[in-house]
Amino acid sequence: MQITSPGFKENARTALDDAPLQRALGNVRKGFIEKRAKASAALPEFDLLRDNARDIKDHVLAHLDLYLEAYAEKVEAAGGHVHWAETAEDARRIILEICRQKNARTVTKGKSMITEEIGLNDFLEEHAVAPVETDLGEYIIQLRGEHPSHIIAPAVHVNKDQVEADFRRVHTHLDPARNLEEPTTLLSEARAVLREKYFEADIGITGANFLIAETGTSVIVTNEGNGDLTQNLPKTHVVVASIEKIVPTLDDVSQILRVLARSATGQDMSVYTTFSTGPKRDIDPDGPEDYHVVLLDNGRSSMLGSEFQDMLRCIRCGACMNHCPVYHAVGGHAYGWVYPGPMGAVLTPSLMGVDKSGHLPNASTFCGRCESVCPMRIPLPKMMRHWREREFSRNLTPATARYGLGAWAFFAKRPALYQAATRLAMAVLGRLGRSKGRFSAMPLAGGWTKYRDLPAPEGETFQAQWAKRRTAA
Amino acid sequence: MSDARSAILAKMRSAMGRKADDVERKAAVADRLQRSPRGPLPARGQLPESERTALFQKMAEAVQASVVRVASRADVPDAVSAYLKSKNLPATVRMGEDARLAEMPWSAQKHMEILKGRAENADLATVSHALGGVAETGTLMLVSGPDNPTTLNFLPEHHIVVLEEADIAGDYESVWARIRERFGKGVMPRTVNMITGPSRSADIEQTLLLGAHGPRALHIVIVDKG
Repeated sequence: MQITSPGFKENARTALDDAPLQRALGNVRKGFIEKRAKASAALPEFDLLRDNARDIKDHVLAHLDLYLEAYAEKVEAAGGHVHWAETAEDARRIILEICRQKNARTVTKGKSMITEEIGLNDFLEEHAVAPVETDLGEYIIQLRGEHPSHIIAPAVHVNKDQVEADFRRVHTHLDPARNLEEPTTLLSEARAVLREKYFEADIGITGANFLIAETGTSVIVTNEGNGDLTQNLPKTHVVVASIEKIVPTLDDVSQILRVLARSATGQDMSVYTTFSTGPKRDIDPDGPEDYHVVLLDNGRSSMLGSEFQDMLRCIRCGACMNHCPVYHAVGGHAYGWVYPGPMGAVLTPSLMGVDKSGHLPNASTFCGRCESVCPMRIPLPKMMRHWREREFSRNLTPATARYGLGAWAFFAKRPALYQAATRLAMAVLGRLGRSKGRFSAMPLAGGWTKYRDLPAPEGETFQAQWAKRRTAA
Repeated sequence: MSDARSAILAKMRSAMGRKADDVERKAAVADRLQRSPRGPLPARGQLPESERTALFQKMAEAVQASVVRVASRADVPDAVSAYLKSKNLPATVRMGEDARLAEMPWSAQKHMEILKGRAENADLATVSHALGGVAETGTLMLVSGPDNPTTLNFLPEHHIVVLEEADIAGDYESVWARIRERFGKGVMPRTVNMITGPSRSADIEQTLLLGAHGPRALHIVIVDKG
């Protein structure tokens, strides 16, 4: 997928002026926060489980090479094939190779962020293989030629009337006079159209929420059941997963499942949690005859041992973006790549380079809500700060910001001078703004006053008031 | 491919400052895979059997499954028939080779047609036997195979699942212990499904709708221990 993160500021401006998008974003602000709060409050052990989930993943990351070897051995023992891909390009090539071996013309797909990351759909289309997204949200955005704007609710930016228009545009074999007023009729129509696709497909491709080393099992977590039809009806099942999806055992995955759905949608459990191990056995009447796992690195191994290692604990629940005031304001597309919100602001620079995505870790108020709701206790604001530091030390920060920070640092390191200067500035600004109590324009502060007034200072500086209060006490 | 494998593993080890022949780390991994230690379990599901069954029912109903309890296995065909009637469905169900289902008195149901094998697209109702249930969240656990083919869980409009009260556990971990006992440690059937309620989607304006791609309705028949 083409990265537009360098244009974050323009993207954000467009998003703020996009009325249908702003209406759709209202659904994020409303629903997700309340549901997560309710579900987590109903489980007294929730925070204890979060601690344990973090510890499990930390243990995995300290032994990731060994667990991957153990996992691969088990997949092969169950009759599956493991392919290792260092880059997105390698993964695409491996998948296309499997498609060619199977003479595949159509592949159905379960919802998978990793196939978005490697840009699989465009690549398959270029090579005469038709990918069909089967998750309702993914199907909608595929019809619209868009990318997901949220990692668990890909079409959260789309409104119902837009879905209706898309269905009428694409499903031309159906009666144009049909009533699609109710959301249930839209759902039924998608169900009927996609049902045929599962049976036609030569290959089913899914992602994986977890890979279990104990058994060589891949796990998908869904609500619709599309992932299960995708992986059970075609003759070949291909799993695409990144290397950090490993968990040691069935007991460990059970622990993390308890925090995943509650953090994501506020469900105690998603409807379908499916454990797949190898191809169908000889006696099985259904299931795929062939099972492949493509293990993708794509820059993750170099995050190990760095200050960004904790990010590899992420289980893609979406809680961080559901609670992020910046995401609420601009939506997911503004971030310009696959992963939006706070987790994207940390992961995108790791995978795509901070030179291309430096705006993302800067697009945060550091309010800390993301970290406070993260089921894996990932210190997202701290890591965004690390990216800002790296950006600064590599001279990627814009010149005006660098001069500004330089000037501020000069004063900040000299407290007496700092206090004298702020006292003087306060007095001057206070006098100039006395009549209106605010400024609607000011030299060097156009970025602020363009959108809102700057309040005129009143009284003394904070430092002076603080000193006075301490003497009084 | 083995080149990519060595390259990725080497990159990881150098990033972590580790070597492959790291005895201590190898022992830690082997130990965890062998022991599969349990984490904290929610107190919610740790109940005596009768209360556990009641909790299972409550949690399953909270996620829009319907639940009935019958006194014995022999009562299951009646319950299935009554469900089909209540939904105005034809008296036809498909099921696998599960011996417990096969022994039930289906022939006593007049006009009921029993189809066998994997599901077909036209199937309106299927019957599966669960390996277990988890009271904590009202979750069913089913395993693939000729007894209960996985397609039965996903293709029909109505999925009817028979669950023995004795097979309801408090937590997922207890059912995994049962699966390890049955298939062997470190071995799994092709598919294990955890199912918590009927299929749903909230992808259109975050409004919850039932019956996205899988069954629109999930009906659970619990056979009491008696």
